[in-house]
Amino acid sequence: MIARLGADLSPRSAVPLVVLLAAFLLAPFFVNDYLLTVLILILYFAYAGQAWNIMMGFAGQLSLGHVIYVGLGAYVAATLFTRYGVGPWIGLLAAIPVAAACGAIIGYLAFRFGVAGVYFAILTIAFAEFARIGFDHLDFVNASSGLFLPVKQYAHNDLWLLRGAPTMFYYVILAATVFAFVLCRLLLHSRIGYFWLAIREDEQAARAAGIDTFRYKMYAVMVSAAVTSFAGVFYAFFYNNLFPEQVFGISRSIEIILGPIIGGVGTLFGPILGAFVLTGLAETLNALMGAFGIDLPGAKQVFYGVCLLLVVVALPDGVWPPLARRLGLIGEKK
Amino acid sequence: MTALLTVEAVSKRFRGLLAVDRVSFTVPQGAIFAIIGANGAGKTTLFNIIAGAMTPNGGTITFAGKPVDGLPPDAVCRRGIARTFQIVRPFPALSVEDNVTIGALLHRRDVGAARAHTHDLLRQLDLFDKRHRLASTLTLPDRKRLEVARALATGPQLLLLDEVMAGLRPTETDRMVAILRALNRETGLTILLIEHVMRAVMALASRVLVLDHGVAIAEGAPEAVVRDPAVVQSYLGAEVV
Repeated sequence: MIARLGADLSPRSAVPLVVLLAAFLLAPFFVNDYLLTVLILILYFAYAGQAWNIMMGFAGQLSLGHVIYVGLGAYVAATLFTRYGVGPWIGLLAAIPVAAACGAIIGYLAFRFGVAGVYFAILTIAFAEFARIGFDHLDFVNASSGLFLPVKQYAHNDLWLLRGAPTMFYYVILAATVFAFVLCRLLLHSRIGYFWLAIREDEQAARAAGIDTFRYKMYAVMVSAAVTSFAGVFYAFFYNNLFPEQVFGISRSIEIILGPIIGGVGTLFGPILGAFVLTGLAETLNALMGAFGIDLPGAKQVFYGVCLLLVVVALPDGVWPPLARRLGLIGEKK
Repeated sequence: MTALLTVEAVSKRFRGLLAVDRVSFTVPQGAIFAIIGANGAGKTTLFNIIAGAMTPNGGTITFAGKPVDGLPPDAVCRRGIARTFQIVRPFPALSVEDNVTIGALLHRRDVGAARAHTHDLLRQLDLFDKRHRLASTLTLPDRKRLEVARALATGPQLLLLDEVMAGLRPTETDRMVAILRALNRETGLTILLIEHVMRAVMALASRVLVLDHGVAIAEGAPEAVVRDPAVVQSYLGAEVV
């Protein structure tokens, strides 16, 4: 496995990769608290986008309700923590199977009964909305009044309980993003990754080549859901408050998928680059508007819309593929 | 020779239309067997039934001694029957090499081993130099050979070819014929083909089945079949004789 990780990684792409990682590792020493929060947000979206990309970019199954796995991860871990004092890492061990099981249910219903394409996308929205309304009325998790994690001043960072300063959260989400990147690279270069690509490209031809498409689509949904659930655990412990309206809101689903779409669906760097472009520019816009004393609610959404429009028109494959060609880094599988 | 594929009284009805009407034939192990017939004769329907893309309304299909009718297409392929599509369906955004590797991974866990096997096949089918090209950028003859390579990569005992010569120029047809003949001779691969290009059928097939409006009207050696008056009447036309 480890040997395969470095396989067909040319020095030309290895060097920028190492430089980029070093820059991320050193970033907290050079940026202020505000910028650090922005970086956390960027990495959060890079991570969640990478997880979504497994399903859409690799296996070609469009999920527009990915927030359900974020929400389940967040609620499972937060509930275990607030009610039973179980730490987030143990909570994650519970969140992963819950999210994967939820993905399996959605996948089974869709793939067994031939719900595909946009209809599958609608089904994913329906489940996310169902979860939002359900959690809004679930007293066990405080329904619509929200679930709060206890916040107090910590003398030092507690990595085990994920309580501490933003710098700790930064390194946690950085590690997660690196993990997701490595995992996706391994998956893409493995048997399962090839079968996913075949299904994405032409499902009928994939079946003719002997691929049990139902089984491999199920794997895609479950792996994607499991990976996404950590984004939820992180969200819960970073923000310390959960409201169904926000956590399961459809706009959050859209935010997750904009990064990979703008960066390049199905590519490994697309989600990271997309999160950077989108969140980075949106926060710049915020800061500029703040500096000039302009108060325009909804400006961010309009900005997202414009970004998406520009990319769809000018770079239908996303920003990364043409950039990779420019940098001479082709060879990354599309 | 033992029978590899036995089709017995297979029928397929599309509402009022009986597309395939109780067709029976046997493909011996190691043979090259051709199915010919006019457009709408039921060739592709019969083909789709064997490949598992359609379920027959009646009849049985036995492959290597086991029934395969009613199995889904992926299961049929895993049993050892690989197919090509009449309108080629490569994985467009993937390279030639990746297209074939996907087939080779069916019975191989290791990507490296699958890739090595892919390289062998690409050499056989004259696609090795184009292995890094995206499938969508290939010309039609190349895409047809890619389709054959991907099917072969799954390691079939029986290869189903749905009009692989259609749209090829005579020289390209001869090249494809030579490739298929070599495969059959060297690996003992059994081939069942649907074909309109009689030049290829005559050069390749050891046995020919003629379909007309869903009914098998003749079966035999190619030289005999093309002289059969019923076949001439329904399909070939007088000028061939």
